[in-house]
Amino acid sequence: MRHFALIIVPYAWLVALFLVPFLIVLKISLSDPALAIPPYTPTLDLAAGWAGMREFFADLDMENFTFLTTDDLYWKAYLSSLQIALISTLLTLAIGYPIAYAMARAPDHWRPTLLMLVILPFWTSFLIRVYSWMGILLTEGYLNQLLLGMGVISEPLTILNTNTAVYIGIVYTYLPFMILPIYSALERMDDSLLEAAEDLGCSRLTAFWLVTIPLSKNGIIAGCFLVFIPALGEFVIPSLLGGSDTLMIGKILWEEFFNNRDWPVASAVAVVLLLILIIPIVLFQRNEQKQREIDG
Amino acid sequence: MRRFSWFNATSLTLGFAFLYLPMVILIIYSFNESKLVTVWGGFSTKWYGELLGNEAFLDAAWVTIQVAVVSSTIATALGTMAAYVLVRAGRFAGRTLFSGMIYAPLVMPEVITGLSLLLLFIGIGLDRGILTIILAHTTFSMCFVSVVVSSRLVSFDRSLEEAALDLGCSPFSAFRLVTLPIIAPAVISGWLLAFTLSLDDLVIASFTAGPSATTLPIKIFSAVRLGVSPEINALSTLMIAVVTVGVISASLISKRQLMRQQADEREAERA
Repeated sequence: MRHFALIIVPYAWLVALFLVPFLIVLKISLSDPALAIPPYTPTLDLAAGWAGMREFFADLDMENFTFLTTDDLYWKAYLSSLQIALISTLLTLAIGYPIAYAMARAPDHWRPTLLMLVILPFWTSFLIRVYSWMGILLTEGYLNQLLLGMGVISEPLTILNTNTAVYIGIVYTYLPFMILPIYSALERMDDSLLEAAEDLGCSRLTAFWLVTIPLSKNGIIAGCFLVFIPALGEFVIPSLLGGSDTLMIGKILWEEFFNNRDWPVASAVAVVLLLILIIPIVLFQRNEQKQREIDG
Repeated sequence: MRRFSWFNATSLTLGFAFLYLPMVILIIYSFNESKLVTVWGGFSTKWYGELLGNEAFLDAAWVTIQVAVVSSTIATALGTMAAYVLVRAGRFAGRTLFSGMIYAPLVMPEVITGLSLLLLFIGIGLDRGILTIILAHTTFSMCFVSVVVSSRLVSFDRSLEEAALDLGCSPFSAFRLVTLPIIAPAVISGWLLAFTLSLDDLVIASFTAGPSATTLPIKIFSAVRLGVSPEINALSTLMIAVVTVGVISASLISKRQLMRQQADEREAERA
């Protein structure tokens, strides 16, 4: 094992700071809340030996998970997170696809610049990008000033602190994640296929539908998952742009932990969120695998 | 034959306007004289002055930079090791778990990573402060570094390493003299990515920071929760400026390197 030293350091780090913390969350999700420090029970007492262990495991139960199903707040929050993530993914696709398509059609010498313009926001602070919309969407904000000035509306619109603002925030911050994989799929596309389709009598629209879309399918799928997965657990966007009635699970988890100090329920919320995320993550990985096989 | 139609031009214009207008507006209004953020009251740089006099922000900025430098450096070392192991070490016991632990943090919601690390730190009785933020940031950014570095390692010609070993290099010096110079661009971009992720992180830092250490994103978030403020506009403008200058100069440097490399290769072919 000449690689042993090389393996053990990152391995041990990840076990200690990723796997163990996750097991702790799992364990606390099965515990009961208590007015103590730490605020849950049972705690593992290694000094009590085997008997202590047995008692510890006997005290763990699924109570917090049953609680999540009985209290309306939680399953509504999961459903509304799924809905918000899904709708904003579709919106991002609708806005991102034409941009990626235009980038792939642009003259060769433009492309590096265009690519950098898409990547640049990704390096800019996420928090600042979300914040920049607050001034725009305020009741007395720039968008309302503009629309009122143009006479499009007579009353200012209420957008900030609604779900609409959350959609705008997600589309805005995750747009580069949608554009990049679609662009890289379209860029590799062989244009002679489109010419062939048109020579064979396809209209441009049919050729687009029958050739371009299927050839960029993997890019579309990758982009959708890259937006959907992080959007589902999003915290910053709903808490800055959303209203008090915006239910998203990341926000609920935060409040459960920091405001209610209910660690066991917060942990159970986290475990269920992960279980929901496993499905899209596995599908995403399968898509990537397929892409790698095609690339050879 | 690629046709660049009016439709393409319109979608590019609207798309980039959407991506950049909010930031442009933010930058313009950071020079607004008025305390009312949505009303233009004339040009002024006074908010930048107030910002520089704000001890709390300066302290938080200092903590953030320390955390980012230390965590991205450790993360780059660990992530490069992990990438090397994943690409080169072949099969070993627990490999599946290892690659799972590398990829899982990339898709893990930040609230869960933060929560789990906080519970660990409380469990082992580690006081929350600058150290715990560094540990947390190192853990998630090493995974990003390892993905960036391993994509470079996969595409690299292994026979170069083997040649060095055949010519009598020790494995360590073969790594240092052959492998490292070739993967260096990926290692550097891994470091930059780790550094930016650390600078940017709000959620994980909020869980793992204690009263003794607050980072800039935490400070910004608590200020922004109360509404739009001209001081935050000024701070955001400074941060956007730093990032823009950084990204543009990094891409110019790498472009020049690429051109030099291509020139070298042409030279070598001619010789």
